[in-house]
Amino acid sequence: MSSAPSGTTRLASPALIRTGEPLFTGNDWDFDTIRRIHDACEAVAGPELGLSWYPNQIEIITAEQMLDAYASIGMPLFYKHWSFGKHFAQHEAGYRRGLMGLAYEIVINSNPCISYIMEENTATMQTLVIAHAAFGHNHFFKNNYLFRQWTDAEGILDYLDFAKRYISRCEERYGHGAVEAVLDAAHALMNQGVHRYPRKKRPDLSSEQRRERERKEHQERMYNDLWRTLPAKAKTDKPDLSVERRRALLELPQENILYFLEKAAPRLRPWQREILRIVRHVAQYFYPQRQTKVMNEGCATYSHYRIMTRLSETGRISEAAYLEFLQSHTNVIRQPTYEDRHYGGHNPYAIGFAMMTDIARICTEPTEEDRAWFPDIAGSGDAMGVLRDVWENYRDESFIAQFLSPRLMRQLRLFHVVDDPDQPELRVEAIHDERGYRRLRRAFARQYDVAWLDPDIEVIDVDLEGDRKLILHHRVLNRVLLQKDEAHRVLQHLADLWGYDVVLKEVDPATGTVLKEHTASARPTFF
Amino acid sequence: MHIIDRRLNPGGKSLANRQRFLRRVRDVAQRAVREAARDRDIRNIDKEASVTVPADGVREPKFVRSPGSGVQNHILPGNKTYVEGDTIERPPRGQSGGGGGQAGEGGQDSEDSFQFVLTREEFLELFLEDLELPDLAKRRLAVVETEALRRAGYMVSGSPANLALTRTLRNSLSRRIALKRPKADDLAALEAQVREIEARDPDAPELADLLAELERVRTRSQRIPYIDPIDLRYRRFEAYPRPVAQAVMFCLMDVSGSMTEHMKDLAKRFYILLHIFLVRRYKHVEIVFIRHTDQAKEVDEETFFGSRETGGTLVSSALVEMKRIVAERYNPEDWNIYAAQASDGDNVSSDSTTSQDLLRSAILPACQHFAYLEVGDETGPRAGFVEHRTTLWRTYEPVSKTNPVLAMRKVNHRRDIYPVFRELFARKAGQETAAP
Repeated sequence: MSSAPSGTTRLASPALIRTGEPLFTGNDWDFDTIRRIHDACEAVAGPELGLSWYPNQIEIITAEQMLDAYASIGMPLFYKHWSFGKHFAQHEAGYRRGLMGLAYEIVINSNPCISYIMEENTATMQTLVIAHAAFGHNHFFKNNYLFRQWTDAEGILDYLDFAKRYISRCEERYGHGAVEAVLDAAHALMNQGVHRYPRKKRPDLSSEQRRERERKEHQERMYNDLWRTLPAKAKTDKPDLSVERRRALLELPQENILYFLEKAAPRLRPWQREILRIVRHVAQYFYPQRQTKVMNEGCATYSHYRIMTRLSETGRISEAAYLEFLQSHTNVIRQPTYEDRHYGGHNPYAIGFAMMTDIARICTEPTEEDRAWFPDIAGSGDAMGVLRDVWENYRDESFIAQFLSPRLMRQLRLFHVVDDPDQPELRVEAIHDERGYRRLRRAFARQYDVAWLDPDIEVIDVDLEGDRKLILHHRVLNRVLLQKDEAHRVLQHLADLWGYDVVLKEVDPATGTVLKEHTASARPTFF
Repeated sequence: MHIIDRRLNPGGKSLANRQRFLRRVRDVAQRAVREAARDRDIRNIDKEASVTVPADGVREPKFVRSPGSGVQNHILPGNKTYVEGDTIERPPRGQSGGGGGQAGEGGQDSEDSFQFVLTREEFLELFLEDLELPDLAKRRLAVVETEALRRAGYMVSGSPANLALTRTLRNSLSRRIALKRPKADDLAALEAQVREIEARDPDAPELADLLAELERVRTRSQRIPYIDPIDLRYRRFEAYPRPVAQAVMFCLMDVSGSMTEHMKDLAKRFYILLHIFLVRRYKHVEIVFIRHTDQAKEVDEETFFGSRETGGTLVSSALVEMKRIVAERYNPEDWNIYAAQASDGDNVSSDSTTSQDLLRSAILPACQHFAYLEVGDETGPRAGFVEHRTTLWRTYEPVSKTNPVLAMRKVNHRRDIYPVFRELFARKAGQETAAP
């Protein structure tokens, strides 16, 4: 075990102690202050935490602009749709009545990484949000495998620009109503518009040609004139209509419904397909964010905590500023217990920060229990190394399943309640004790697995040469059916896009019985 | 690292989204606006309004797993007493088991309907939607354009009244500098020097030189004038066609004893609506108040609504007064003229023919629109009774049948004002058939 744990926050290399001038005094800041703050944070984030990030672009905005940004899901530019106007109106109403505070910052997964910070923030808050967003989130965006695999930070802004132009050109050309109808339908299916696994690469022309050549060469080599003399079977000119063949051609079953519609819906026009594609791409871009809420916030919160603490230790920020920081930090990571009036589910900041701190502790000061549970990392001494590895290679579900320690479960006093409608009462399935740790942790991890949260709906079959009825299955999990009204509305949109009848069967995967069936017929919305 | 200050960027980035949203909830918003307009104190009518929109038209459906069915798992923090295998009584429906359920339901509640605020502009837009000023199109073709002058640079000749002083002096200054005209100060200094030397010693040798110099300077400054005709510049104007963007609104009201406060209130509300409407359409709107008993008088607003008069009723007197004012101040060529008359319908029967003639010959041809509003008691016509036709109504009815400029309606209750107003100005073609 290494004797000089570099991961703990209390120890600093001598050069860093009390060397700096305070970055600012009081609450006021100007652009020069922001630059100094950024550089000071960088000096901690780089050499000490070993983070790596996209170049930063810090943009200062007003409260109204923050509301604007909320309305377009935080993106600096986005196509126009009424639903964003609706969200804006909702947020604005909440904000005006003082029901809702605004975020201190919004950060965008792009290269350069754009962080919006509010002009109202005090200098301390600006330091906090820069440490949090411009380094914490930024590092996560750049390094986490999901973001690397699914999002293109370089191209996103250009793509959104293209999408915005394309959709407004469509509006000019085909009318607001027609475009709006497609967008409404596409938005309804947005959650079913992501690829959950990387697809098989489609072969490109040159590799196809190469394979064709190789095949020919092989045939020439194996040529034997004798085969020609064999009597041939009578040719059947019936096309192969077997279900298997048909489904293979359409790549069925397909869980990405938008993709399926874009490729296979018989009656859509090219521009409508393109809009579906745009919505699908946007959904795909945000898909990693949904899966890494806890980790993303945990990474950012842990980073800002480390950076702020170091700045305070080296005298770059005053005691008063540090206290101000601690107050908002503790507010952010507050986790009310389940009976609390303010309880609204798990706070990703709280869980994330607690787990990151816990991992750092396991690396540097492990207990016997930690050694038994985490033999790989316990006592390794390199907390930042372990954390960076975690941030790079996990998502919420796998992260919790792997790294939630018994000690933290005890600390949070987690317990698992099962609500089975067949039973008269709720049952406590597991608590934070020796018997329950593993089951509790597995159940908790499930709560962060989007595959368990989103209904599992797939396009199963369609007979393009028959009545073209589209058949979808919902594989029912834990007997939880779809919400009926909502399902009907979405299905109606789906039928409109498909252009023919659609049926959605809710199927019990164990027995294969159909629990419920929803149907919808196409309205003449698009055609 | 870059820092960018976005604060100065124009706001309202999501304005386009808001417009799309408003279009989507148009019907609901319009209904809300109508209701607000009815209930609201009419003086505050053009304020912003909050509108509650039911979720129906603005739902964003998604496939979701119903939180109320099947086996639900909840992982909760803050266990105090439970151990594995304990059972908990099921909490009553509506605040089911875990916080997850609660949050979910809370979310749906807010989905059901939500409130947002219409700005003043949006409110008025919806409020006055589908309304059109009658005959605006016809007038626009005929007389909407008049000639007006506007500034367009300078010219070298013109009337003295149009002399562009600054420009002229600027030219003169540059010319004087270029030609090295002696400055007045230099001349004065030279003169003073000559006087001083003369006083001290009239025979001083340098005096001759100085006098010669003075003479030279004087002639030069005379030869180069302070302002030359070449410097003169005049303001140039050019004529351009200007649409008539001005309207005058005549408010005519019977203020004789038979008019109750309630009736005046109705009339006032109607006038205010008309005013809001006109202000939205025209740059410049003037109002003329004419009240009458058996004689008519132009008054200010306060007197118009406030003071009481006694006397008989002679409607033609108001029409005569209006005709006089139009002739004096509001040339129909330049002004869009609107008139709204409110009365309880009393008139001296001998006055009918005079009024009809005045309307037909003088008033209606000048007007874009003449609205006659007959105000009644709050109780309204009693059921079962044959509607009583007032004298004035009977006077105006034949005119309105032949001339669509005159529209007439009867109003008893405050809540009818806005519908009647809409009816009068609704955007539709064809003739108005007057019906009470």
